[in-house]
Amino acid sequence: MDTPYSLPAERLEVRLPDAKPKYTSAEARAEAERCLYCHDAPCIEKCPTEINIPEFIHKIASGNTLGAARTILAQNILGYTCARVCPVEVLCVGACVYNEWHKTPIAIGRLQRYATESLLEHEALTGQAVLRPKTPTEGRRKVALVGAGPASLACAAYLALEGHEAVIYERGALPGGLNTTGVAPYKLHSEDSLREVAYVQSLGVTLKTGVEVGRDLSASSLLNDHDAVFLGMGLGADARLSIADEAGPGVWGATALIEKIKNDASFKLPAVKRATVVGGGNTAIDIARELAQLGVAEVVMVYRRGAEHMSGYKHEMDLARKEGIRLVGWRQPVAVLRDAAGGVSGLRLRDTQQGGEETLSTELVVLAIGQEKIKGLTDAFGGIALDQKGCVVADAKTRQTSNPKVYAGGDCINGGKEVVNAVADGRDAARAMIQRWFAA
Amino acid sequence: MADLSINMCGIKSPNPFWLASAPPANTGDQVMRAFDAGWGGAVWKTLGNPIVNVSSRFGAIEYGGRKVMGFNNIELISDRPLSVNLKEIAEVKKRYPNHAVIVSLMVESKREWQEIIKRAEDTGCDGLELNFGCPHGMCERGMGSAVGQEPKVLEEITRWVKEYAKTPVLVKLTPNIGDILEPGVAAVRGGADGLSLINTIKSIMGVDLDRRVPLPRVGEGSTNGGYCGPAVRPIALHMVGTLARDPETRHLPISGIGGVSNWRDAAEFIALGSVSVQVCTAVMHHGFRIVEDMIEGLSDYLDSQKLTLDQFRGSAVGGFREWGELDLNYKVVANINADLCIGCQKCVAACQDGAHQCIFSGPADQPRPPHAHHPGVAEAPKPLPLGKLAGDRVPWIDEPECVGCNLCALVCPVDGCITMQEVPNPAGVDTWQDRMATGRDHVPGGIFDAE
Repeated sequence: MDTPYSLPAERLEVRLPDAKPKYTSAEARAEAERCLYCHDAPCIEKCPTEINIPEFIHKIASGNTLGAARTILAQNILGYTCARVCPVEVLCVGACVYNEWHKTPIAIGRLQRYATESLLEHEALTGQAVLRPKTPTEGRRKVALVGAGPASLACAAYLALEGHEAVIYERGALPGGLNTTGVAPYKLHSEDSLREVAYVQSLGVTLKTGVEVGRDLSASSLLNDHDAVFLGMGLGADARLSIADEAGPGVWGATALIEKIKNDASFKLPAVKRATVVGGGNTAIDIARELAQLGVAEVVMVYRRGAEHMSGYKHEMDLARKEGIRLVGWRQPVAVLRDAAGGVSGLRLRDTQQGGEETLSTELVVLAIGQEKIKGLTDAFGGIALDQKGCVVADAKTRQTSNPKVYAGGDCINGGKEVVNAVADGRDAARAMIQRWFAA
Repeated sequence: MADLSINMCGIKSPNPFWLASAPPANTGDQVMRAFDAGWGGAVWKTLGNPIVNVSSRFGAIEYGGRKVMGFNNIELISDRPLSVNLKEIAEVKKRYPNHAVIVSLMVESKREWQEIIKRAEDTGCDGLELNFGCPHGMCERGMGSAVGQEPKVLEEITRWVKEYAKTPVLVKLTPNIGDILEPGVAAVRGGADGLSLINTIKSIMGVDLDRRVPLPRVGEGSTNGGYCGPAVRPIALHMVGTLARDPETRHLPISGIGGVSNWRDAAEFIALGSVSVQVCTAVMHHGFRIVEDMIEGLSDYLDSQKLTLDQFRGSAVGGFREWGELDLNYKVVANINADLCIGCQKCVAACQDGAHQCIFSGPADQPRPPHAHHPGVAEAPKPLPLGKLAGDRVPWIDEPECVGCNLCALVCPVDGCITMQEVPNPAGVDTWQDRMATGRDHVPGGIFDAE
């Protein structure tokens, strides 16, 4: 699985080690043996891609590791990164019957990583593919996919496995979407995302990076030259607060800063002692933890409501608190304060409950209050409805948009959910396309 | 604290727990440490003419992450000089006069038996055990199970031994036969004072799938070994029970052997008629220290049942019956305790795929199978059972359809969640033998019945 995509070895993210390394075979089997192998298991129901979890765990227990990986990939072709980035605590693991029994639930994410990483290692070692594309019996179709994030990768992979031609166009230099640019380093380093992208390529998917649809390639040409188009372009730039003195050095968008930490070898974290993260979602918690782990002495999260209202997961916030991160709730930034040299010196906060203002001393402000929608692109495809929030409207089962030839999935239809949701979207779109082409 | 001391055909022991003739009873040092740990007796590793052993020697089965569910060995009798063993036996007996020291023997000719019996008894040992069971290596030399599988030979050698022995003689039986009564009766006829069983079962422990050689591997080959450990206990219990209830053998005291790991296992052997129990695999797995639990557990159990060891011994033999003596009107039905259920639905899978299709989940899950014994369609209870832990994942049982097979209770991971409830039986006992005796055993649907 050679890939043309590589990263310099020296990047900030490399300093943050993998929090849950791959199990050894003995560890994996011991954990797998604990699984009850439930009937109609609740963990499956909680997985957005409905992986047959008890089955793959049963296979790990018998030493049938490649078979376990097959079971996973049949439902979730990005099972390797999902194993590492999924919030399993609120998905499969949270549904394990052991929870209610007050026993430690099965470490499903770690077992899934063991199986899928073993498959990648096996293929690298032997050069033999475990999953092989079929030869389509009723004609080969061609699909263009916009954006090389998890939704498009999954859609393309399932099309390729059925023998169809899938070409992904990515405007950036690196494929993988947020798996490559946005996942917290202690969960996944960018190389591992690229390793999975290379696996998807090995299934026959064509990947063209540095090509922006709408600029380098017109939407109409994609529509004309393909049997279907899949939109998986994700979201746009970090949202801004639009407050006084926000523009200028020392104020970052969270996803932009995370991407620098992960992939930019020349990037140096500003030498600050105090950093403030604005927002209460998982991206806010991620960047706060990354800053703390990279040595920022005091990291504060500012959120307009209370801890119980945060959209970020409690288990992640608990870990953040253990790393010394403080949450300042019920506060809304109203102005960035700057010193004579133009550097950030503080953040003016308004109490959202009592009223009144106060100043939080800080040298770095990171905004994690969501991302803008990518505007304009959908117009070019014509006839694609958007909802009130600007998300692409797609059918819940088929992911077909209001333009029957165009499908969509991932963050551009849900406004920003998990990688596993994007994979489910891409997979279901691929299945729906094939169903539509060949249904009697 | 219950009195656990025993007297087995004259062999006295402070408790019924003996080391079996095997690697744990190979040396004086081991046996003395075992006695210090609490063991009541030891049957010394079999003496004879020393042999040369192979490497490797042991194999084990792991099940569901638990090590050594079953164990086997291809080790032979003692490979140490006879004089060394005898000196150590004498030393142990001198230091531990109140413990039972039994010497296991295996030789070939009558002259050898005469000589080795004399030398063994000169140590002051309490008794002899004749190894007619070893199913590997020694049988190829005409000893061990080669003797145990030939009732006539077994009887004759037992008679020779009884001619010379002054101490009680236990005959150790092999399970590698069709009917354990045949060697058991032969031992009685030969004059044995007691029986020890079972010896190990002929087995191949597995196959090395990389080399494609059976296990345990000796270079590029292997051989059948003797299987033992927790997995063989049911086979041993059946053979012990068979001898304990048969009129021809039941007067002989039995030393029960086969997969005993704790007091509960030992109690089961004693309930089926064993006077002493012998242990090997569990000691090889965990060490001599396991005897503490065995002594404490058996004693507390007897106290809780208000029974002496003598009253308890053999108390389950009467319940060991022929199939035809079982009550066909007795019925139990599965019951799921919704508060304990964790919603794994292992019982649903087991009942639907492996038993009688009477456990369901959810309101819509009730297709009645075509073989139903009970007419009509299964109806989900209203409201559906709701569990404290499992919520709406608690399965429900179609009780008229339940045959009371136990499978759901066996696979349920939660102790006490699924219980088998007895259904009142106003009709009274009716057995197959009763039905046969009174000409009532016609079940419709047979070969010569009209459609």
